[in-house]
Amino acid sequence: MAMKARTFRRHLRESFKSLDRNRWMTLASVSAVTVTLLLVGVFIVLMMNLNKVADDIEKDVEIKVLIDLAADESAVSVLEQKIIETNGVESIQFISNAEELEKMIKGYGDELGLYKQDNPLRHVFYVKASNPQQTATIAKEIGLYDDAYKVIYGEGKIEKLFKVLNTGRNVGLVLIVALFFTAMFLISNTIRITIVARGREIEIMKLVGATRNFVRIPFLFEGMWLGILGAILPMLIMTITYFNLYEFLEPKLEGEFLQLLSVTPFIYQLNGLLLFMGLFIGVWGSFISVQKFIKA
Amino acid sequence: MIIMKKVYKKYPNGVVASNGINIEIKRGEFVFVVGPSGAGKSTFIKMMYREEVPTSGDIIIDDINLATLRNSQVPYLRRKVGVVFQDFKLLPKLNVYENIAFALEVIEESPEQIRKKVNDVLGLVGLTHKSRMFPNELSGGEQQRVSIARSIVNTPKVVIADEPTGNLDPAISWEIMEMLERINARGTTIVMATHNKEIVNTMKHRVIAIEGGLITRDEVGGGYGYES
Repeated sequence: MAMKARTFRRHLRESFKSLDRNRWMTLASVSAVTVTLLLVGVFIVLMMNLNKVADDIEKDVEIKVLIDLAADESAVSVLEQKIIETNGVESIQFISNAEELEKMIKGYGDELGLYKQDNPLRHVFYVKASNPQQTATIAKEIGLYDDAYKVIYGEGKIEKLFKVLNTGRNVGLVLIVALFFTAMFLISNTIRITIVARGREIEIMKLVGATRNFVRIPFLFEGMWLGILGAILPMLIMTITYFNLYEFLEPKLEGEFLQLLSVTPFIYQLNGLLLFMGLFIGVWGSFISVQKFIKA
Repeated sequence: MIIMKKVYKKYPNGVVASNGINIEIKRGEFVFVVGPSGAGKSTFIKMMYREEVPTSGDIIIDDINLATLRNSQVPYLRRKVGVVFQDFKLLPKLNVYENIAFALEVIEESPEQIRKKVNDVLGLVGLTHKSRMFPNELSGGEQQRVSIARSIVNTPKVVIADEPTGNLDPAISWEIMEMLERINARGTTIVMATHNKEIVNTMKHRVIAIEGGLITRDEVGGGYGYES
């Protein structure tokens, strides 16, 4: 049976009144939501930025393909084409031995300018994998091609690096999931206590002929408000803190490979997530709590 | 109006509170249910508003069989049956008016109807001047009047009262009984469980005595029959 608009408005009104009537309980629930979501927020900021750093490190990984000295222009083109067609290759860049030498001179000093007469370096391709974790596989495959004299990709080192990064990511993910469930448990428990205290109210509602939905809906709205109210402060704190942290750290990190996630859209996504969590946990906590009394 | 056929109720702990009760209560009757503590009175009363479900047998109120009634239909039964309790069962954070109006909001009555009906019933129980007060600001007798007002505000066909005078002193108890009598005079069936010997003996209504889950006496105009 569809609910009358009047009844819907009544439920909304009741949920607000109830927040006011049970002020202390409201405060307790909102505080629990606030503290927990703040923790979740701080943790997500840390994890997402660590993840960003890990991604950046991974993206820096590239394969250096030294080209055989005997390879003429057409052989180099053939090799280039073969590398492009290799599964998982995202980009390829040709650097001539002259350019390579220039880079070295820039890095190590003019003394190396002596080699300009008789450049000992080879032409190279710098290859990036679309999935950095596949670097080793791709490098090995390229190593088999004709005219690929040598393939350098930090063998042994990048495997370790990826292992560390992956472990870091997995630990972070597990911690976020664990924190999410802790948050769910904490918040729904607090809401349950507020509803348990009102078991008599539910009993009376049932005695005068309230349907299950009539009993349930105001509590669900109430849970929703508790969740939203509890999310407001963490959202504000996270926004202000992250914005200032970004403003403070970003100039210092300029030019480094370490970079924070830019404020937008990250902070919107974070706030959206916190709001959703508050709302979802609030409604869900109310639902399971009120359900027990409805069935009783 | 109310028919019980071979109603048997056994609790999970093995206690048999109703051992095959058969009874018929006609529309407009006023019935006292008496008996010693633990005799099965409360179960008898609770089964009438389906707070308890019989293990076997039929309970029919206004053509609805409570034994086979689906849980989702229970709220609609309760709208036809007003219930009054010894402990009043008022919502402490709602005022008198709101406590009564609540029973009408539940059935999605329009605001105009709610206002009219609540004001009418407040007049009937003599609490118009206290409509904005909260339960803890009222005496026991006044709280019971609010509870009665709530039970009759949507004009149920039956009012079930479980020891409504149990917490009240004698003078106030009589006020409550006069009120129930007036409600009965309007055609509402009243079933009231009580331990109050004086009330039962004075009012001379039908008396159903329950002992050991069985009806041991059913007489019109009977007395209390026990030492209170």
